Amino acid sequence: MLIEIDGLTKRFGGFTAVDHVSFRVARGEVLGFLGPNGAGKSTTMRMLAGFMIPTEGTARICGHDVQTDGVAARRLLGFLPEGAPTYPEMPVAGFLRFCAKIRGYRGAALDARVAHALELTRLEGVRLQPVETLSKGFKRRVGLAQALLHDPPVLVLDEPTDGLDPNQKHEVRALIRRMAPDKAIVISTHILEEVDAVCSRAMIIAAGRVVADATPAELSARHESGKLDDVFRALTMAGDNLTAVTGEVG
Amino acid sequence: MRNVFIIAGRELTAYFVTPVATVFIVIFLVLQGALTFNLGDFFARGQADLNAFFTFIPWVFLLLVPAITMRLWAEERRLGTIELLLTLPLTQAQAVLGKFLAAWVFCAVALLLTFPFVITVNILGSPDNGVIASGYVGALLVAGAFLAVGSAMSALTRNQVIAFVLAVAVCFVFAVASYSVVTDFLSRGMPVLADIARRVAVIDRFDDFTRGVVSVRDLIFFATFIGFWLYLNAVLVEQCKAD
Repeated sequence: MLIEIDGLTKRFGGFTAVDHVSFRVARGEVLGFLGPNGAGKSTTMRMLAGFMIPTEGTARICGHDVQTDGVAARRLLGFLPEGAPTYPEMPVAGFLRFCAKIRGYRGAALDARVAHALELTRLEGVRLQPVETLSKGFKRRVGLAQALLHDPPVLVLDEPTDGLDPNQKHEVRALIRRMAPDKAIVISTHILEEVDAVCSRAMIIAAGRVVADATPAELSARHESGKLDDVFRALTMAGDNLTAVTGEVG
Repeated sequence: MRNVFIIAGRELTAYFVTPVATVFIVIFLVLQGALTFNLGDFFARGQADLNAFFTFIPWVFLLLVPAITMRLWAEERRLGTIELLLTLPLTQAQAVLGKFLAAWVFCAVALLLTFPFVITVNILGSPDNGVIASGYVGALLVAGAFLAVGSAMSALTRNQVIAFVLAVAVCFVFAVASYSVVTDFLSRGMPVLADIARRVAVIDRFDDFTRGVVSVRDLIFFATFIGFWLYLNAVLVEQCKAD
């Protein structure tokens, strides 16, 4: 198991953002993390990346606890934070070189890594442009390039295709599918068709709790219409439905 | 250690690719020059030394150093890049040290560019260059002390203006701590506090350097002071990063 999450909980004052979430992701799996805004997707991912300190529970990446053995865990992780933040004044290649240096590369290996990441995300044309001059889609790809730079066994991508045009979305999904066999990948998304397109497993989270965890096909079959949209709405909107289905899953 | 230098390199580049570096250095040199020559009566004193120059430098730093440090963490938090930075395989201590080091090197560059003052006094007379050198060491340490305070204040907030104002206020407290106004007030109520205030006063320590005295006690003071605030900085980053 490359990703192990045990009873991860985050409370902000009296509000519970993430409530005892546990799951495992093995090599070759692409887990689609679904849920309405504010359901706790980003918070879970931040805790998995070791950025946010959980109130309870913990997460392990390739066996390294993200709290107690954080540096080792983060070395094996490629993380795209929400909104794909990057340093605005840095040129694309300069930014990636900075990340590669922190990841321990130097000399020819560093050049090769940066060149490879630029190629994967098709950023060669803007490599010398400062990030702040780029469009939203390009910025997102810079964040993605940074996450893929060191070819990590674990990828955690918070809305990797947000702000991309349809062609770019298609490319990023193809890229994720290509990488899938030898990595454990977690992506969060609002776009349900993306789940069908790239995920081998879908998890729906609402009000901080996991309400469904199955293959996209199994999930779709839960509603008579056979549409993931309807299942999503049924699971995340009505409180009654929510408890009913949780019982079913648990 | 390598990570510290990589972070410091990135930060230092960030100062110089934005107008921050130019604006800071120009204002620093103009202000320092104007204060030394006009308010400090550099020529009228008729002495070949840099006393006037060193009298004003902590106050100029008090105003300008927080302008360098205010962005260090506040901007990372506002842009969300802190999430990127702290999920790279480095420790928080390395990030704190790297940022501090970059700001300190930047101050050292600004300080080095005041070399025309040294040349001027050496042309006009024969000053004690040893005293001048120890004055510069002291000035660099005062800058370091204020930078450490400013950096910690920057970790408290995502708003750079708040970071600036807090840093000026806290630095000011440590600058004037030994002034009789403060110590008299404290010794009336709590004599212990007055004694502590005298000991933590940054300007008092700096005065030793400008007289040409570089004592181990003062060096230990600055090392402890900077160390304390950087430690606080790391704690604040840990506590506030995800808010």
